[in-house]
Amino acid sequence: MSDNEVLISVKDLCKHYNMGAIKALDGITTDIKKGEVVVIIGPSGSGKSTFLRSLNLLERPTAGSITFEGVDITSPKTDINKLRMKMGMVFQHFNLFPHLSIIDNMTLAPVKLLKMSKEDARNKAQQLLDKVALGDRGNAFPSQLSGGQKQRIAIVRALCMSPDVLLFDEPTSALDPEMVGEVLDVMKDLANDGMTMVVVTHEMGFAREVGSRVIFMDEGRIIEEGTPDEIFTNPTNGRLKSFLAKVL
Amino acid sequence: MYIGCKVPYVVLALPSWLQQLKDDFTLNFIDDKRYMYLVKGLGATLEITFFAVLLGIALGVVAAIIRSSHDKTINDMRPGFGKVLLKVLNAIVKVYLTIIRGTPVVVQLMITYYIIFASSTNQIMIAVLAFGFNSGAYVAEIIRSGIMSIDNGQFEAGRSLGFNYVQTMTYIIIPQAFKNVLPALANEFIVLIKETSISGYVGIQDLTRGGDVIRSRTYSAFMPLLAVAAIYLLIVVFFSKLVSILERRLRNSER
Repeated sequence: MSDNEVLISVKDLCKHYNMGAIKALDGITTDIKKGEVVVIIGPSGSGKSTFLRSLNLLERPTAGSITFEGVDITSPKTDINKLRMKMGMVFQHFNLFPHLSIIDNMTLAPVKLLKMSKEDARNKAQQLLDKVALGDRGNAFPSQLSGGQKQRIAIVRALCMSPDVLLFDEPTSALDPEMVGEVLDVMKDLANDGMTMVVVTHEMGFAREVGSRVIFMDEGRIIEEGTPDEIFTNPTNGRLKSFLAKVL
Repeated sequence: MYIGCKVPYVVLALPSWLQQLKDDFTLNFIDDKRYMYLVKGLGATLEITFFAVLLGIALGVVAAIIRSSHDKTINDMRPGFGKVLLKVLNAIVKVYLTIIRGTPVVVQLMITYYIIFASSTNQIMIAVLAFGFNSGAYVAEIIRSGIMSIDNGQFEAGRSLGFNYVQTMTYIIIPQAFKNVLPALANEFIVLIKETSISGYVGIQDLTRGGDVIRSRTYSAFMPLLAVAAIYLLIVVFFSKLVSILERRLRNSER
């Protein structure tokens, strides 16, 4: 596969509430290419999370289309569960399963959905745990971990399904400040390994350093997009300027 | 001659109240093997309770899943057969809950026995159905409250991994919900065990009726009724103990 292959193609995506009185998403069009790290920034209520959650249909858009690996996922005929297996998601509040041990959190989906053998799934999970320096916590339960550890587990849980893209919904917003770094480091490693990532975040440092493209959203629209350099060093749009002035 | 009899004399000459108690006991339980009324009655009570609990759980889980699925997803569903089906099922479950929770269980039992199964003679089966359907309504609301108490993020995490609705419920939501509602469920079953004591209304020889039959034969109420009460108490205490062990087990798996 070439590096320029389009993985997700979004066209005129809209999410309207109350017969169009509230426009959470108001005509989003963008392509996400293989290997890209797309960082979405913007003020709260700008529709960043709604957009991200639309990509795997956790939110159902009211108009427009999303094509993932050549399949229109908004079509009623598409088996969304099959596609979601290839789109990992990491949440702000981790959403680990508290009734399962770490290793079971990670192997549940591969065993039940990919029909992987328990042993293979465990081996794979153990390798990933080692990678994020939590190799000895496999038998622990989520309640025994710190926030940063939980989020690292959430990331490797998604990786266990060998997804083609990872969606991050404000992955560090619920963390204590001293734990943000360890999670961002894992995400950086992933980006360096060539994982396609779409990240909604308030971490401007991460956007600048790791992002291959930055999208600035406001009021449900893409206001500006470009390389981190273009966005952070030479912002042209007034709203982007005032946003950056507040957060930087 | 009397010297040798001193010791037996002490043993035999019980205080009069104790002697009375002993005679009472013999009359109510030993004579004519009357204890068998209690043994057989206990058997019937346990049999009815056991199968009614199973039926109640089965009905309750299904009803709870229909109700909570409807409340959670109906607004996001595409129009079509599935949406209509869910709406119809939800309406049926709502009627079921309203009727069962709105009428006394003893009336339900009599309706089941004298009207619905008027031609059947399998009393135990009729009681199981009546108590099972009754319990199912309460279990449904208990389990629904458990399902609704689970953070929606759990649901989204399951779906985002690629699990469908039913798989997410089975592997992720229900196990957590069950743990949360275990005390309430145990309470429901304790109530159910004791509720079966109205089985006598439709001629079933359960534990309560067994004690009552003894009373009617011996004209002595004290012994048989207290024995019946003590047996119920023992069952409930034993069951509560089992539940608390189970609860501790489940909690241990999280720490």
